[in-house]
Amino acid sequence: MGTAAQGEARSRAWRLWITSGPGLFWIVLFLLIPSGVMLGIAFFTNSDFGSPVLPLSLDSFSQVAGYGILGWSGANFTVLLRSLLQAGVATSVTILLAYPLVFFIVTRPASLRPVLLLFAIVPSWTNQVVRTYAWMELLNPFAPVSHVAQVLGIIPPHLGLMPGNFAVLVGLSYNYLPYMVVPLYAAAEKLDWTLVEAGRDLYASGARLFFNTVFPQTLPGLLSGIILVGIPAFGDYVVPQLLGGDKAMMLGSLIADQFTFSPDWPYGAALTLIMLVFTCIGLIVFRRLTQRLGGGEGAML
Amino acid sequence: MMPGAVMMPAGPEKVTAARGAISLSHITRIFAGSIPAVDHIDLEIQAGEFFTLLGPSGCGKTTLLRMIAGFETPDEGRIVISGREMQDVPAHQRAVNTVFQSYALFPHLNVEQNIGFGLRMRGVRKPERKKRVDAMMELLQIGPFAARNAGQLSGGQRQRVALARALVNEPEVVLLDEPLSALDAKLRAELQIELLRMQKRLGMTFIFVTHDQHEALVMSDRIGVMSNGRLQQVGPVLDVYEKPRNVFVAEFLGLSNIWAIEPLGGGMAAAPIGVLKIAAVIGVARMAMIRPEKIWIYNDTHAPQGRENVFPGTVREAIYMGASTQYRIELGGGGFILALDTNNQAAERSWRPGEAVAVELKPENIMLVEA
Repeated sequence: MGTAAQGEARSRAWRLWITSGPGLFWIVLFLLIPSGVMLGIAFFTNSDFGSPVLPLSLDSFSQVAGYGILGWSGANFTVLLRSLLQAGVATSVTILLAYPLVFFIVTRPASLRPVLLLFAIVPSWTNQVVRTYAWMELLNPFAPVSHVAQVLGIIPPHLGLMPGNFAVLVGLSYNYLPYMVVPLYAAAEKLDWTLVEAGRDLYASGARLFFNTVFPQTLPGLLSGIILVGIPAFGDYVVPQLLGGDKAMMLGSLIADQFTFSPDWPYGAALTLIMLVFTCIGLIVFRRLTQRLGGGEGAML
Repeated sequence: MMPGAVMMPAGPEKVTAARGAISLSHITRIFAGSIPAVDHIDLEIQAGEFFTLLGPSGCGKTTLLRMIAGFETPDEGRIVISGREMQDVPAHQRAVNTVFQSYALFPHLNVEQNIGFGLRMRGVRKPERKKRVDAMMELLQIGPFAARNAGQLSGGQRQRVALARALVNEPEVVLLDEPLSALDAKLRAELQIELLRMQKRLGMTFIFVTHDQHEALVMSDRIGVMSNGRLQQVGPVLDVYEKPRNVFVAEFLGLSNIWAIEPLGGGMAAAPIGVLKIAAVIGVARMAMIRPEKIWIYNDTHAPQGRENVFPGTVREAIYMGASTQYRIELGGGGFILALDTNNQAAERSWRPGEAVAVELKPENIMLVEA
């Protein structure tokens, strides 16, 4: 016998399915199932043609750790460390660029701000590959910028600023700058300037004024920005592939190679898992940081 | 204390000016493409004085306060605090602290850290800082909340923390920008008294900005009434209330009856309600004012005989306000008058609408004001 309460509960369950269903379907179909497949592949043996075959083994993981037919090599660790370092430095560069830019924009008249913000974002609407090709043109050995660098003795003659780690750093910073600008802008726009005045009133100035009054208020935005920039930069494929060359290989390229040139699917899958683990660690750490530092507000995650 | 963090009075002027004295001359501030927010203000505030800037919103009082704090720069004129010219002294170097209207407590710091912020920025060492912060929390009874975040405090507690954060620095001048306006009436009354006691005890100069005339009367040594960027009248509370200089001051500070008058000679003047005998020398004055509480009301049968300024009338409106009742009385000669009577008699002795009464305006209670 259906009571009103039961009917209410049923209709609530129905509404829940209607609203969350499509998203859930999407996540299951395109994230959870492929991830599960990937996880499975990592535990298979590699065939001569790169496809996963039985028996199940942990070979791919020892490959990740650096053991191969030629004995142990630290190359994978170098790639992992380089990826972490490049992501870290690129994130720092975007922070250093975004703060002045964002505060330039928020101190303009309100009518001008959306337009200025748009200028910072619009480039990200074009394809990443196209924009990275543009950097190849700008930094290659025959480009004027490289000539200047050669003349100044910053780089040896006959070499360009590209390919290499520097070019990758430039490419990553450029690509992900908008993802730092937007959350920082959101935080800076609702900045309580009275607190800045209170800081000045209480004898703070310059850097101390910034770090005691402005910085804490923008921290939630900054943390969001770090996640939005750091994680994709860590796993980026296009930029290191086009601007990096052999000596600047990052994790994304290494993984891609296992599914194309090598090919070695179980090894590639194991690398992907390692990358996911690092990403998750990063997310958890930042989630904690956000809760601790950002007070009740939390990052937009 | 870090030398140079807070400027001490220096130069030859320090002999003549007391610590906490403020001198404003010709202060003008004009925001782009607008009429002056502050228009040629000259004002001397004594050391240790509780001075209130009173005026309606937009009169320029907050702008004036912000210029003293150093958040705004005057377009014209000079500000001298404790004998020191403030022209080139930025806000963070002025020995002036502000209690903001919104309190502006740092949300990422707890109560104790908020209060100690100024001392920390000035380089006061931790043991000394803790001692002073603790003493201030004790004084304002906020010790129990020391570890709380600003967001976890009630309005009154926030107000106390904001005040403590300013006072702990022992500034020469404390600026208060409508600090009580966000509180409910009872708490506001409590904090008014507390603030006043604190000021008398510490002997610092307080400049208090408010649009609440009652608050201004309760708290101040002197009041400066502002309107349209100008000071309309500056003086002790009693003077400003009892002898308002012009119609604006009379109307802004309490209730009043104001009439245009025509002098008739011999201390007499014609007003819309009839001929008035005025004690003050009329001279060129063309407006007269009397406060409602200065008007005597009689039953028409008991009206005093043979005295000046007694007018018959009829009560048209009686607004009971607890301690007193406000009457609107239509006078026989035409026109209305506002009168206030304390309810010191049994309630049934007060007048009701429609009752015939007589009012007496004693000649010495009628003030002459400028238009």
